Amino acid sequence: MVRRNRTVDRSVALFLLGAMLFLPPLLPVFNRPERIAGIPVLYLYIFAAWCLLIALAAVIARAIPHEEADSSAAAPPLATPAPPASDGDRNA
Amino acid sequence: MLSAPVVLIVSLLYLGLLFAIASYGDRRADAGRSIIATPYVYALSIAVYCTSWTFFGSVGRAVSSGVGFLPIYLGPTLTFVLGWIVVRKLIRICKANRITSIADFIASRYGKSVSLGMLVSVIAVVGILPYISLQLKAISTSFSILIAYPDIRMPAHSSGVAAWQATELYITLALAAFAILFGTRHIDASERHEGMVAAIAFESLVKLVAFLAVGLFVTFSVFNGFGDIFTRASSSEALSRLFTIDGVAGYTSWVTLTILSMAAIVVLPRQFQVLVIENVDKRHVQQAMWMLPLYLLLINIFVLPIALGGLLLFPDGKVDPDTFVLTIAMQQGAPVLALVAFIGGLSAATGMIIVETVALATMVSNDLVMPLLLRIGPRNLTERKDLTGLLIAIRRGTILLVLLLGYVYANTVGESYALVTIGLVSFVAALQFAPAILAGLYWKGATRVGALSALLGGFLIWIYTLLLPSFSRSGWIAASFAENGPWGLVLLKPYALLGLEGLDPISHATIWTMIINVGLLVGVSLFTLPSVIERGQAVRFVDVFKQAAGSGREWHGRAGVAELKALMARFLGEPRAEAALVRLEQEINGPIDRQGLANSATVSFVERQLAGAIGAASARIMMASVLREEMHDIDEVTRILDEASQLVLYSRRLEEKSRELEATSQELRGANEQLKELDKLKDDFMATVSHEIRTPLTSIRSFSEILRDNPDLGEQERQEFVTIIVQESERLSRLINDILDLAKMEAGTTEWQIAEHPLGPIVERAVAATSGLLTHRPDIEMSVDVSAALPPAMVDPDRLIQVVVNLVSNAVKFCDKAHGRVSIVARARDGWLEVDVSDNGVGISAEDIEKIFERFQQAGNTLTDKPQGTGLGLPISRQILQRFDGTLSVVSELGRGSTFTFRIPAVKASIAAHDREVGAVT
Repeated sequence: MVRRNRTVDRSVALFLLGAMLFLPPLLPVFNRPERIAGIPVLYLYIFAAWCLLIALAAVIARAIPHEEADSSAAAPPLATPAPPASDGDRNA
Repeated sequence: MLSAPVVLIVSLLYLGLLFAIASYGDRRADAGRSIIATPYVYALSIAVYCTSWTFFGSVGRAVSSGVGFLPIYLGPTLTFVLGWIVVRKLIRICKANRITSIADFIASRYGKSVSLGMLVSVIAVVGILPYISLQLKAISTSFSILIAYPDIRMPAHSSGVAAWQATELYITLALAAFAILFGTRHIDASERHEGMVAAIAFESLVKLVAFLAVGLFVTFSVFNGFGDIFTRASSSEALSRLFTIDGVAGYTSWVTLTILSMAAIVVLPRQFQVLVIENVDKRHVQQAMWMLPLYLLLINIFVLPIALGGLLLFPDGKVDPDTFVLTIAMQQGAPVLALVAFIGGLSAATGMIIVETVALATMVSNDLVMPLLLRIGPRNLTERKDLTGLLIAIRRGTILLVLLLGYVYANTVGESYALVTIGLVSFVAALQFAPAILAGLYWKGATRVGALSALLGGFLIWIYTLLLPSFSRSGWIAASFAENGPWGLVLLKPYALLGLEGLDPISHATIWTMIINVGLLVGVSLFTLPSVIERGQAVRFVDVFKQAAGSGREWHGRAGVAELKALMARFLGEPRAEAALVRLEQEINGPIDRQGLANSATVSFVERQLAGAIGAASARIMMASVLREEMHDIDEVTRILDEASQLVLYSRRLEEKSRELEATSQELRGANEQLKELDKLKDDFMATVSHEIRTPLTSIRSFSEILRDNPDLGEQERQEFVTIIVQESERLSRLINDILDLAKMEAGTTEWQIAEHPLGPIVERAVAATSGLLTHRPDIEMSVDVSAALPPAMVDPDRLIQVVVNLVSNAVKFCDKAHGRVSIVARARDGWLEVDVSDNGVGISAEDIEKIFERFQQAGNTLTDKPQGTGLGLPISRQILQRFDGTLSVVSELGRGSTFTFRIPAVKASIAAHDREVGAVT
């Protein structure tokens, strides 16, 4: 339960980080004509931020404990069984 | 080398390979060993997001707006970071409710609304058409450029070139056939196409590899790495402009594109299909949340270098930037790479077309055509045995129709647009679904009417701000419509509505549609009430993780299991219907009586199965037709009314009963009082009888003792005492006889000899019997007056004589001592016989009159010192007369004597005979 909530919290935090990195008002800071090693700063910045986001997403995904990812098998159950009481998901 | 036949053969081989993969995937799925049950395949299939629009168009957009193409891929990255929260919830809801498409989702969420499902389907088809036409255009353009190798020739303006149009048409038809083969092989309750997903994942791999190959070639073979390209480009003012975002308009566009694409990755029909419907395991979302963004990053790294490279290599501007991916390789003399690039573009386009048309076909058949057919179609449709064929036919027809419409659009409207702009028009259309879906996931207050007006409003604004201007560009509508607004009204200019200027058309349309859409959704929802079923669905969707799935709204109708199975068989086919029932049996761990009535669990199970095949709204209609639930409202009301009237009836009966009980208990109380009274009377009677009997006994005993104890008593005295003893014994016998007599009479055990008798002789016999009484009192003067014509009466003569003797002996006892006089008068009067017995004694006081008819009550000690009779004469007489329906009364005055009168009804001639019989029986 606690850890599930942490997955949700981490996801939301990462989303907010991504939105901050990819959108104004932070974005214009890197919107400049200079280049680093010939590569424009903005281009470099966006791809670097993108890589960071992907890496963090992978970390979060990996940290989700196996049993939390309640499986629904290949053939989806006819009536999805009731999740156990501890399955309450704060956001869902 | 790259002649048309070669390219064609390679293309067909490629498509053949795809088909082989697809059928392998299907076979494996049927065998239960899925090849797509891995997060890699899942993530790759979601990359169907990258179409030929990405493959060719991103470079084109980079040429015109530099880094401005990136938000289209940054948005999905942001969405997927939240995938664990949002996508997982979507999947959970869709699996629990057997949702088959985005139209199904929205319709189901807002009360299984048919109209909503239809609207979403229409928006999806109309909105996605430009997108599909874009794929067709990309394939045909790249094909015609490639076969011109080694020349680099932009395709001639297509209109009017018949051969060109024919090529495009063939491609369209071939793709339609391909999509039909992939997506509509059978109707499945879960609407999953494992083979198709496998092929799509493979295509995503192909297009990524192809694009990376071109990118690496351009960056590291044609140029010397990233630094080299950017450095060379920076020498040109026009090119270095592409390194940065251009001012406020650039940022606005950036933000709106981010939002647009955040939504598009989920709400585009094909994305919803692969992301939610085709998902086999929710755990895959967990991996996809970083794999998909990685894919998007990889496919975008080389976009700007290729764009800049193309601009540097083709400085004259005669080569369309949308074709740089192809033409750079051609220009550099690398035909194989060019062919690889073409195949990459082909795979991007076919992947999109297959999934998109299958998703649209499911949507159109389940949420548009079936509800229409079921509602307004031929009445016999709901009766038809097997509808699987019809469903498949509808879907195949839809695929063909959508592709042909896309072809028409490409040849009329599409000419005037760059690829990226066309794609974004569709993005904005799909964006209209986002508010209804998001609110559906997280806001229970969103209502059907709110969603309906939001979608309709947003769609209309989309038509006005994006679709109509595109018609205007292609000449269908006057060009002045887009430039000056309709009828020259500047405020209504479609690209600057209400004066919102300075934005590109996409941002402009995004802003306006969202204002209207979200505004209506929130505003209308706040002022409308959801129906019961809407409320139920809202809870099921929003709280999907908190509740046991599958409860849902209970059906009230009744149907047999056999009936429901037949219904399933019509849409799924007999074997699948049977298999579904077997699955249900496994699930509930018990057999289902195939001939019995279906319980609510079975009914909702069947509804879910049907929903999987034909959508929630259609399934509901079908279930209603079987369950005849339309009637349930009236039936239920009637039943409730019946119950109420039953209750009223019962309560009335209860009241009645309680009244009866009260009356009965009243009676009982009365009876009890009477019994108590009688008991008391009996006690009194016993006491009196004992007393009466003791008096003669006492005198008998005392005289007997005197005789015993005095043997020397004189003979005369002795004789006198013995006489007293005998008299007292007689008195005692008389008394006991009377008591027995009375008791018998009161108990009703006396034997009566009642018959019709003439009264005259009886009275005379009675008078004769009393004459003996006068022997001790010869001084009494007795007169008898018996009328000659006395009528007959129903009497017992002996008893009647007893009465007369009683009365006469009383009169003799109580008449005047000195000059006693007794008279007997018998006469007939008014149908009655009346007999008076009078004396001239002391009379009876008023208070004694009532008492004298009671037992042992003689007219008190005031009359005589010693009672002369038993005290039972009058009660016995009264009893006897009552038996004859007669009465006994007395008129008396102190000092003036008394007159006792008894009356007996005379027999009327007509009833005399009848009464004779009755008397004989009694």
